[in-house]
Amino acid sequence: MKRKKRLHIAALYAILILVAIVMIFPFVWSVTASFKTSRQIYGGNPLDLIPNPATLNNYRKALSVLPFHRFLLNSLMLASIVPIASITLASMAAYSFARLQFKGRDFIFMLLLGVMMLPGHVTLIPRYALVRKLGWINKYTALIIPPIFGAGLVFNIFFMRQHFLSIPRELEEAALIDGCSSWGVWRNIIMPNSKPAIATLAIIGFKTEWNSFLWPNVVINDFLKMPIQVGLTYLQTNVQSSWDILMAATTLSIIPLIVIFMCFQRYFMAGILTTGLGGR
Amino acid sequence: MCHACKKAANGRDGMMRSLDRSQRQVRQTLTAWSFILPSLIGLGIFVYGSLVYSLYISFTSWDLLTPAKWVGFANYARVFRDETFIQCLYNTVYFVVAIVPLGIVFAMAMAMALNKQLPGIGFFRAAYYMPSITSTIAIGMVWLWIFNPDQGVLNALLKLIGVSNPPRWLESRVWAKPALSIMRLWQVSGYYMIMYLSGLQNIPNELYEAAEIDGATGWQKTKYVTVPLLSNTTLFATIMLIIEVFNLFEAVYVMTEGRPGGSTNTILYYIYAQAFQRYRMGYASAMAWVLFVILFVITLIQFAARRRKEEIGF
Repeated sequence: MKRKKRLHIAALYAILILVAIVMIFPFVWSVTASFKTSRQIYGGNPLDLIPNPATLNNYRKALSVLPFHRFLLNSLMLASIVPIASITLASMAAYSFARLQFKGRDFIFMLLLGVMMLPGHVTLIPRYALVRKLGWINKYTALIIPPIFGAGLVFNIFFMRQHFLSIPRELEEAALIDGCSSWGVWRNIIMPNSKPAIATLAIIGFKTEWNSFLWPNVVINDFLKMPIQVGLTYLQTNVQSSWDILMAATTLSIIPLIVIFMCFQRYFMAGILTTGLGGR
Repeated sequence: MCHACKKAANGRDGMMRSLDRSQRQVRQTLTAWSFILPSLIGLGIFVYGSLVYSLYISFTSWDLLTPAKWVGFANYARVFRDETFIQCLYNTVYFVVAIVPLGIVFAMAMAMALNKQLPGIGFFRAAYYMPSITSTIAIGMVWLWIFNPDQGVLNALLKLIGVSNPPRWLESRVWAKPALSIMRLWQVSGYYMIMYLSGLQNIPNELYEAAEIDGATGWQKTKYVTVPLLSNTTLFATIMLIIEVFNLFEAVYVMTEGRPGGSTNTILYYIYAQAFQRYRMGYASAMAWVLFVILFVITLIQFAARRRKEEIGF
């Protein structure tokens, strides 16, 4: 019996490792390829994973062909400002929905939840037309402001409201009796008690914005203002199918997110585990 | 306690007491609204306003430069006669059939394998989940090269195991769809795996103990306890996966641009191309609404099917 169980576990590990190889291989392949010389990439055996000789030339080329540091900075800005704004607005609204009384509260909340059912593509064209009328095309305002107001904001409101409902009321009641205003309660009691929930949303938001493509691609074509994903496709179409440079560029674009994922893994998981939604 | 607001409140104390109830109610309503107003205004413009605007655009012919012309239902009538749209719809159904069932099976199997307290399990969870946090644009380029028929790693591997004439993958009308499906399956399965992991953790242990007392084998436990109790997760995951497949865009954008011969064209990519390459805003908006209605109906059907199942007592 014991032997059978051990065999069972060995077989399980074998399968797990095999699947893990499939899952990780594309990452390993692009990273190793980014250090290969173009001669090895085009002439060598594709199954050979070790760069021989190893070179940093691809990175040098990628950084000199296009302003890659700008792409990364633009993405960093986009992926920081949008989640910060969204979480701030969402936790304000969520506090109101969770704790305050006013006419039509539940109706408005339901109306908001409907937005989560709405696929983003329906509003793509009118948003573009609106941004164009405002003269925002190729400006950071177009890149940053419309993405704050979408299904993501509603998801954040929903998520924060759930969280606020789990905070014991006694904490606030003491403050309210002391004469603290609702704003004071929100700032000094509710928000400090919501750090894990905020971290979860921040991580999901960062990932979503770092990876966002369709909207930035439509409103930005000045390459000094492009975020990384748009910059990548720009590189793909303009430095055509030069795999050596492209692999260095994709590696540069993937690494920051992988590092963040490694550091904040449990928050990534928490987003899906607590709600089954998690920023899609 | 908050020192600052205590201080501020002390001065107002007497005033607050003199306010009568209705005044206080007005105050509370105002406060409540001041919390939600910023979000409501933004959403009002960029979501609700946009929806109405989109509906209007879909009834016009508009190229952004000249004023929009009202054309009634002409755009909608055109959608169903447009061979490219029909082809996109067919392609999407193909992708749904290729990706959704396999994705559900993979995700569930991975979750069951990883729902154990074994050394190194955290590493495997992270490894399986990693593809789903990576941008489709970046990893799509990597897969584009993996599928490269001459220099790609996949065909090198196939040749190594003795396939003398491996497929041309993204260049072939027959193999382009399977290739894209493989890439998407690889990318999204880990996300749904986490959903199933949380579903599994909600199944009470007593149920398995009871099944064991009845003499159930491991496979029977999976079949009669685990899978039925995961049906809520499965319903939810299926709906989300179908929506995800219908929104297939970025992989198509970087890997095929709908080629060869439109065999990988998707509805969303076609909408994008019509709107932002041909500047047919009205027609693209009409298609966007048709796609929306399709997705909505699919979701409703699935919920209805679920309810029926429950009525029968499944």
